[in-house]
Amino acid sequence: MSTTTTASPNEAKLWVGGKSPFNSEYGKVMMWYFLMSDAFTFGAFLISYGTVRFSTNGWPNSNEVFRSFPFAPEGVHAPLVFVSIMTFILIISSVTMVLAVHAGKNMDKKGVVRNMIWTIIGGIAFLSCQAWEWNHLFHEGAWWGANPFLNADGTASTTNFTNFFFTITGFHGFHVFSGVVINIIMLIMTLLNKFEQRGHYLMIEKAGLYWHFVDLVWVFVFTIFYLL
Amino acid sequence: MSHTHTDQEAHNKEAMAEIKKVTIILSVFTIIELILGFWMITMTSEALKLAIKGTIVILMMAKAFYIVAYFMHLKHEVKNLIMTIVVPLSLFVWFIGAFLWDGSSFRNLRNNYNPYFKEQATIKVEKKVEEHGAAKHEATDAKHETKHESVETKHEPTKPEVEPYY
Repeated sequence: MSTTTTASPNEAKLWVGGKSPFNSEYGKVMMWYFLMSDAFTFGAFLISYGTVRFSTNGWPNSNEVFRSFPFAPEGVHAPLVFVSIMTFILIISSVTMVLAVHAGKNMDKKGVVRNMIWTIIGGIAFLSCQAWEWNHLFHEGAWWGANPFLNADGTASTTNFTNFFFTITGFHGFHVFSGVVINIIMLIMTLLNKFEQRGHYLMIEKAGLYWHFVDLVWVFVFTIFYLL
Repeated sequence: MSHTHTDQEAHNKEAMAEIKKVTIILSVFTIIELILGFWMITMTSEALKLAIKGTIVILMMAKAFYIVAYFMHLKHEVKNLIMTIVVPLSLFVWFIGAFLWDGSSFRNLRNNYNPYFKEQATIKVEKKVEEHGAAKHEATDAKHETKHESVETKHEPTKPEVEPYY
């Protein structure tokens, strides 16, 4: 009793039972906690990249490494252009995902289907861009354990640069891939009227949380690898 | 009935306006980041570069906030739920600070006590142009295969190849 007297009346009402204290569905709360743990995984990767970069004297200039563009003639260098297209693809697909979640809240099946299709197209476009970039870098001699690029000051570079690049963008690409698979499953479930029968589109919201997290991680990966 | 319907409509309008606003903010921040990035390519002043990198990091954090708060809807959740997510994530403050400090301390120690490490940072090297990743990998694969055969036929221990230290 003594605890309820110290807490504010509102709070006491929240925790005495009969009511969801987080006012949220179990699966959604658990998705948040999964994403939090995933954030620590990505954080550990990116911070270890930072630590190694800070402990090394030279580092390759990202504008010299990532300067290619599909179908660009030989010798034409366009730093940042391709990756900015990838970034905008992911931002736009994140927006269509929000619109799908919003349509789901209104029980608008047509809107969910349309926006989920756009989100899936965006995800596949992003993965295609990444596949092209990896392929291009591989043919320039870059891979895990192989770094053809020199440091910005012209000294020999370690393989740390390529190892971290392929590991972190690969791990992110794997997340995008699983996100696309999840979104396709959600689209099929929507088309089969599963959510109409349940009476809610909460699964779309959970898939949406995951998809936004993928976009969120790209904000960090893009900035740290291509801009800094 | 009609009252709840108009309520719903007003709520929809508000939500759509929010989505539109956040989309514009994210796009504008990304464009600013890219402009700063392009500007940095031709820049020579290290101090100015550092200032711009700081600005880019701030923009990155702002974008992260908008995605989490509005797209992931965290801002509209119950405060207790927000706290169970945000408070553990504040560990990152220590995490980033400690590890970056550690990295730069390790570099200073190596530059002071490891002459080879320091020397490597002063020797300029030529870029190997003709080396193609795919071709190189195929070549090393073939080499491994032939080596494997020779070991089997001659039963002689082969010397491990010394990898060049980068």
